[in-house]
Amino acid sequence: MVLRSKTFVETYREDLSLFRTIWLKCWWTILLVSIIVFPFMVGRYSLYTINLAGIYIIGAIGLNILTGYTGQISIGHAAFIAIGSYTTTILGERMGFLPFYIIIPLSGIIATLIGVLVGLPCLRLKGLYLAMATMSFGIVVQYVLFQWDSLTHGALGMAAPSVTFLGLKIDSDKKFYFLIAVIVFLLGFAAKNMMRMKIGRAFVAIRDRDIAADVIGVDLTRYKVMAFGISSFYAGVSGSLFAYYTTHVNPEYFTIFLSVEYLAMIIVGGMGSILGSILGAMFIGIIPEWLRIFFGFLGQSFHLTGLVFTQQLKVITYGVLIILFLIFESGGLFAIWQRVKTSFKSWPFTY
Amino acid sequence: MAGELNFLLQLFVSGLSVGSVYAVIGIGFVVIYKATKILNFAHGEILMVAAYFCLILIENFHLHFLIAFPLTLIFCAVIGFMMERFIFRPMIGEPVFAVVMITLGLSIILRPLTGMVFGFGNVMFPSPFPHKPIVLSGIVVSHAHLWTFLISCAVILIFFLFFKYSKVGIAMRAAADRQMVAFLMGINVKRIFSLSWAIAAATAGIAGILLANVLVMNLNLSFVAVKVFPAIILGGLDSIVGALIGGLIIGVFETIVGGYLDLYLSGIKEISAYILLFIILIIRPYGLFGTEEIERV
Repeated sequence: MVLRSKTFVETYREDLSLFRTIWLKCWWTILLVSIIVFPFMVGRYSLYTINLAGIYIIGAIGLNILTGYTGQISIGHAAFIAIGSYTTTILGERMGFLPFYIIIPLSGIIATLIGVLVGLPCLRLKGLYLAMATMSFGIVVQYVLFQWDSLTHGALGMAAPSVTFLGLKIDSDKKFYFLIAVIVFLLGFAAKNMMRMKIGRAFVAIRDRDIAADVIGVDLTRYKVMAFGISSFYAGVSGSLFAYYTTHVNPEYFTIFLSVEYLAMIIVGGMGSILGSILGAMFIGIIPEWLRIFFGFLGQSFHLTGLVFTQQLKVITYGVLIILFLIFESGGLFAIWQRVKTSFKSWPFTY
Repeated sequence: MAGELNFLLQLFVSGLSVGSVYAVIGIGFVVIYKATKILNFAHGEILMVAAYFCLILIENFHLHFLIAFPLTLIFCAVIGFMMERFIFRPMIGEPVFAVVMITLGLSIILRPLTGMVFGFGNVMFPSPFPHKPIVLSGIVVSHAHLWTFLISCAVILIFFLFFKYSKVGIAMRAAADRQMVAFLMGINVKRIFSLSWAIAAATAGIAGILLANVLVMNLNLSFVAVKVFPAIILGGLDSIVGALIGGLIIGVFETIVGGYLDLYLSGIKEISAYILLFIILIIRPYGLFGTEEIERV
């Protein structure tokens, strides 16, 4: 019998494994099964919300790598998501023969290249100055998308190509659900492992004190640019999936509010944790649904059901969440989750 | 040739007028930053709320502009004071990121709230200035622009004198310079913090009312403050003179770029300041007059 309180390992291999105990393996199996069963249990609208949340997860992991792990504040994440989306739609228009499993990574790579280009001049900046630089980058990108008519069709927006995989057309919410789930899993595990590796430790060292990191031999230039690159890759993939799923992209969507929305996700979820990004993205992604249910009750009596109104309420909710979490629980949902977990683990003793 | 020169001069004059308002907004940012090391992303929203508040006083309570103006400033100062007292004072000692994100959160809350209360459309601000423009040897200046420039200059002058000679102003400078020493010398640092926020919010109020006269009044008024970022970066985040000069430069630059290039690239005016910001940050990350931080482990 394996005692939960006495987890010990005998080889390095065991020590490095992600699922160390039989219990963890059990839980993961249950999670996996419930994820597979989930789309057959819920309605279309809920599935739509969950799909969008899945796309948010990828972007949030990217932002968390840059802001949460490496400590480089970015208020321009929407720009990289926009670049991913537009790479997808432009490639779909110009080179329609490319399948989606080439276009999605390609969107990520283009976003990475631009991320590295932006990251290089930003190396000298930190803190608030970096926040302002990324913010102005975001504004400039949105402007370019609006103005470069011949490439992006300006304010009209662009249609995304359809997705076919081995002759199977992926067009329903259910099919997209599995596509998104697979990509979230792949990128989530990649990120989790990356952050356990040398790269992740270097990132954390830079966040905690960059000069000290420099002194102990972390190559600041290399790792900061790498953080920008990886973060942009995730944003690009997220944007690409967004374009495929919503079938139409418009520059109006990629405002500074989208960047703030992503920041809200990682703050609510927990800075510097992959699980945190997932929890945060799910939480923020489901908020419109909650608002709809909540104001569905009040709607008849208060006439609060206008579309514009829900949009505004959504933004207000994000703002309130950011403030409340930062004041009362700066570790985010991740910290709450860990506290709950520890208290269950050590029950009935409190230590 | 004379026409060309006149055009340039015209742009220069209106640029100065806009730039002077940028300078006033910039001072608000710098006062808070110097005292508390916080960059207040919600500054633009205070500015917008002030403009709407003044509008309500004039339209619904039928107050004269000269009475509504100081009332708005007091209202703003109270907002600033409350924000410091209840939100930012408990956050002292927390990481910069957390505090700045709170200001960002406040800013995105205030915008839709204002929209819900006052409506999302454009409104007409009852301008107290005569509509007929002044023509000076071919250059047209509207009364609103002229007064904007004059009031901004007066505000800047008052600030200069305040920080140079008044006891409170000197205490504020001392607290900004070395907080601990100022505290040990008997300066009430907490009160200085509250005062900084109140003063900054009041300057935002002035800028808001001036801008409501010059620009179209809607929720986008708050984005003007975002445009001041390049100005304060150019001048350096912690320099009041820098904010002044940065604001004027950005105002003139933006208007001239808009005047000449808008035909080829529509909307370039709105974006030019950010491109400039990016270039400045790469060349001189701490601005023209800002202090370069020497970091120690």
